[in-house]
Amino acid sequence: MTVLDSLRRRHVPDTAEVDSAAVVVDGLTKRFGRGPLILDDISLRVAPGEFLCILGASGCGKSTLLNLIAGLEQPTAGRVAVPGHKPSLMFQEPALYPWLTAAENIGLALKLRGVDKGERKDQIERLLSLVRLDGAGAKRPHELSGGMRQRVALARALAQDSQVLLMDEPFAALDAITRDVLHDELTRIREEVGATVLFVTHNVREAVRLGDRVVLLSSRPGRVANTFAVGIPQPRRIESPEVAALSVEITEHLRTEIRRHAQAPTR
Amino acid sequence: MTTATDGNRELEAGLDALELGPIEARRAWWRRALSGGLPPIVAMLALLGIWQLIVSTQHPVNLPTPSEVGNEFQAQWDLGRIQQAVGNSLYHGILGFLISAAVATPLGVLLARVSLLRRSFRPLVTGLQSLPSVVWVPAGILWFGLSARTLFFVVLMGAIPSIVNGTISGIDQVPPLYLRVGHVLGARGLTLARHVLLPAALPGYLGGLKQGWAFSWRSLMAAELIASSGSLGLGQIIEDARNISSFPGVIVGILAILVVGIAVDLVFFSPLERRVLKRRGLLTA
Ligand SMILES: Nc1ncnc2c1ncn2[C@@H]1O[C@H](COP(=O)(O)OP(=O)(O)OP(=O)(O)O)[C@@H](O)[C@H]1O
Ligand SMILES: [Mg+2]
Repeated sequence: MTVLDSLRRRHVPDTAEVDSAAVVVDGLTKRFGRGPLILDDISLRVAPGEFLCILGASGCGKSTLLNLIAGLEQPTAGRVAVPGHKPSLMFQEPALYPWLTAAENIGLALKLRGVDKGERKDQIERLLSLVRLDGAGAKRPHELSGGMRQRVALARALAQDSQVLLMDEPFAALDAITRDVLHDELTRIREEVGATVLFVTHNVREAVRLGDRVVLLSSRPGRVANTFAVGIPQPRRIESPEVAALSVEITEHLRTEIRRHAQAPTR
Repeated sequence: MTTATDGNRELEAGLDALELGPIEARRAWWRRALSGGLPPIVAMLALLGIWQLIVSTQHPVNLPTPSEVGNEFQAQWDLGRIQQAVGNSLYHGILGFLISAAVATPLGVLLARVSLLRRSFRPLVTGLQSLPSVVWVPAGILWFGLSARTLFFVVLMGAIPSIVNGTISGIDQVPPLYLRVGHVLGARGLTLARHVLLPAALPGYLGGLKQGWAFSWRSLMAAELIASSGSLGLGQIIEDARNISSFPGVIVGILAILVVGIAVDLVFFSPLERRVLKRRGLLTA
């Protein structure tokens, strides 16, 4: 590593730069203990209101990246800034609390944010109807379908009223039709609340269907391999030729990335 | 555009309806009571029948017939001894259990969350749990004499380790994901414990309480058998009967202890456990 490299790694963007971005990731590097390097020098800049998809093969460190941005893990080097907001995070499993009803799950997020009791009720109603679950508030998580649970989890994430929403493969466990519907819902809701979204997935079409921009991560260690701007106007359909064409292109890059590991001996 | 959104709304409603399936009608309460209560009653009657059969075919010297035991029970009931003993034993057992729970719960939470304490004390707690509580009776008598305090002492020594262990394993079984979600939602420390950790640990904790009650009851009976304190208890009914070589009396005592133990579980712990598990979808049917 040259001196210039290490200087650049430590370069901290000035305030004006930070203010103009919703999420800044700068030279982010992560290894767990003495283990192998998981993420290597990742730099990202997400504009306010942008929908950024992070795409990568299984185990490339996508969840680790989101956890770092959410503050659940500490970086080995580099830094993360989410100016003015504590990002909310949606996990791959809905992770609703089974001892609470759907409404109470959302209510807990409001309560922990300090919303007082009188206002909570109205907000719960509003959030439930935003994810189109009016009337299902009294149901417990086990009484809901997988898609409904993820919608409650989305409402709970939105209840944190953060302008930055981190989503870790939230629809991976759902069937294709439910997933399609939720893609439409997410697009609609994002427009309604105007949030910045970082959406992690290993599904290329999903990334192209949703994102304004798609960042492709390489594996072992995770680095930014490529960035694609998706210039297709919303609402998109996942089966449209434009989405398909870009997906083919990105898949080709992803395949090349994965193939590199066939040649390199595994550590 | 409007039609596309409406179509989606309908599609979504259809998916939700399909996944949820039809709502099953609740069975009438008497049907539920019958299917729940009938099998154990039939089993009891069958055991009584076998007992009667053995007595009337084999004529063993030292086994009273069910009717002899019934008469003995009637006699003691008429003297008011059964009622008094059940009342006293329940009072000591329940109070001792409540004190044990109040002491053991914070201890369990502490041992579960503070790794140094856990490594230091967990083996001791597990060891104490497997120690038969009778061994505490002589110590209790030496310390407290033949008094209710001895009874409470033995109950506490029997129940506390088991409730501590139940609390620890309840907390250990909490999925780490729940804690991470709590963290993302902004809960820390005591708030995290109150809103996430403790409710999530509740099913395991209830199991611990249930076991704690069983230990309380057993320990109390051991103590009552050996250390007849001022007040008449069920254990003492057995001891009194033995002193006058009344076999039916001994059996009346054993059965009364058994019935009270089952009744507390049926009236209190089982419904509580069922309710908690059912609310979380952990109970089918
Ligand atoms: N707490 C941890 N301690 C040690 N290693 C970890 C830890 N968390 C993740 N890893 C390792 O980091 C690598 C990346 O994991 P991560 O979960 O971030 O990948 P991912 O891209 O989200 O994978 P997937 O597509 O399967 O969700 C994996 O090799 C994993 O074993
Ligand atoms: Mg992951």
